[in-house]
Amino acid sequence: MQETITFFSGFGASDLWFLGDAALKTLWISLLSISIGTVLGVIFGWMLHEGKWMAAATIGSILDIFRSVPLIIQLVLFYNFAPIVGLSLDPFGSGVVILTIYTAALVSNVARGGIEAVPVSMRKASRSLGMSYWQDLFHIVLPIGGRAVFPAWIGVVLGVMKDSALVSVLGYVELLKASQILITRTQEPFLILALAGAFYFALSYPISRYAAKFEQRWAQ
Amino acid sequence: MFEYNFHWRPVLKSLPDLLQAGLLTLEVAVLSMVIGITIGLCLALMRMKLQGPLKWFAVSWIEVARNTPVLFQLFFFGFGLGAMGVNLPPYVIIVTGLSFNCAGYLAENFRGGFQAVPDTQINAARCLGMNSWQAYTRIVIPQVFRIVYHPITNQMVWAVLMSSLGMMIGFRELSGETQFFASRTFRIFEYFAVTAVVYYVIVKVILGSSRLLSARLFRY
Repeated sequence: MQETITFFSGFGASDLWFLGDAALKTLWISLLSISIGTVLGVIFGWMLHEGKWMAAATIGSILDIFRSVPLIIQLVLFYNFAPIVGLSLDPFGSGVVILTIYTAALVSNVARGGIEAVPVSMRKASRSLGMSYWQDLFHIVLPIGGRAVFPAWIGVVLGVMKDSALVSVLGYVELLKASQILITRTQEPFLILALAGAFYFALSYPISRYAAKFEQRWAQ
Repeated sequence: MFEYNFHWRPVLKSLPDLLQAGLLTLEVAVLSMVIGITIGLCLALMRMKLQGPLKWFAVSWIEVARNTPVLFQLFFFGFGLGAMGVNLPPYVIIVTGLSFNCAGYLAENFRGGFQAVPDTQINAARCLGMNSWQAYTRIVIPQVFRIVYHPITNQMVWAVLMSSLGMMIGFRELSGETQFFASRTFRIFEYFAVTAVVYYVIVKVILGSSRLLSARLFRY
């Protein structure tokens, strides 16, 4: 029989699997909230553009709150607010809701910038050619404005991907939380943090480089 | 529908402590920004003007700061350096982490600013008999400052928002203090709601005063 219980054990192969699984969770929560948030954000951006001051006073100021309060506070606040109004959400659900609204708040600004980047004369020209309002929006504004703000959108996407690490405050075991758990057990912070950092870097760096290339080509 | 009784009294009682912590948040953010601007300027110049190892040092600093989560960077300065035997107090960890992050982001802004001033202007200044130092301080820097003013303001807001991560490393600035009180009274929602308002006010004050200052600075 073993006399002493070992609390700390070294970093093994199964831990790598644990980290990989957590990395997938990071990817999944970011993917989900970014895709829903982007759709919502574009709709809000369009409303902000079309709605003049009424929209700015209502949607604009509400979205502004989500940009001016730290994400971590929003997460804690929502996680504790949901049960008050009778919703029972797990950390993942709360994380997705807040990250989605946060993405939407950031994307709405980008989307409005994109719509305003299309010259009015061009939109008038498309309407004179007999296009309806929606045809003009989808065939003229979307391709041209979208291309103009694509790098800014990538910036938002990468920001949200990195900020998804904050969902760990609710106890959702994503990559950074998983590495924290492993650090507590293995007492090897350097190796594990380096692995987690390398994963984020490997995901974020190529995309940001691609966006920079795209911007350069677009500027020419 | 509401079966939850809101109790605001404990929050009101500890409001002075929270506001005190808010000042600490501002202090940390301002300090990190001052260090971040100084280092960011150096990194930008190193990346543009130098070759060899120093350039690669600057490039890797910038890319790591921009492509990994802030929380990861804080963990690194906390746990990672702790493993090497350098145990920093939370205050130093958060200031180091935020400065590291801000320097990386600002360096790219500064680089954009310097590239926006054409070389011909420096040549012209030199032709007029200015030396290199005069050309830089009187021709280049004022124009660069104008370009990077808004990015610096934005980064300042980010620094305030990011300082909320002090909560995760046991630092008692506004968020950490809030969590401390919240876990003592279990009035989590009330405490974090008040904190959110404080953050909102801080951000609005920063943006407002920056706008006033810019109206005063850039009159011409």
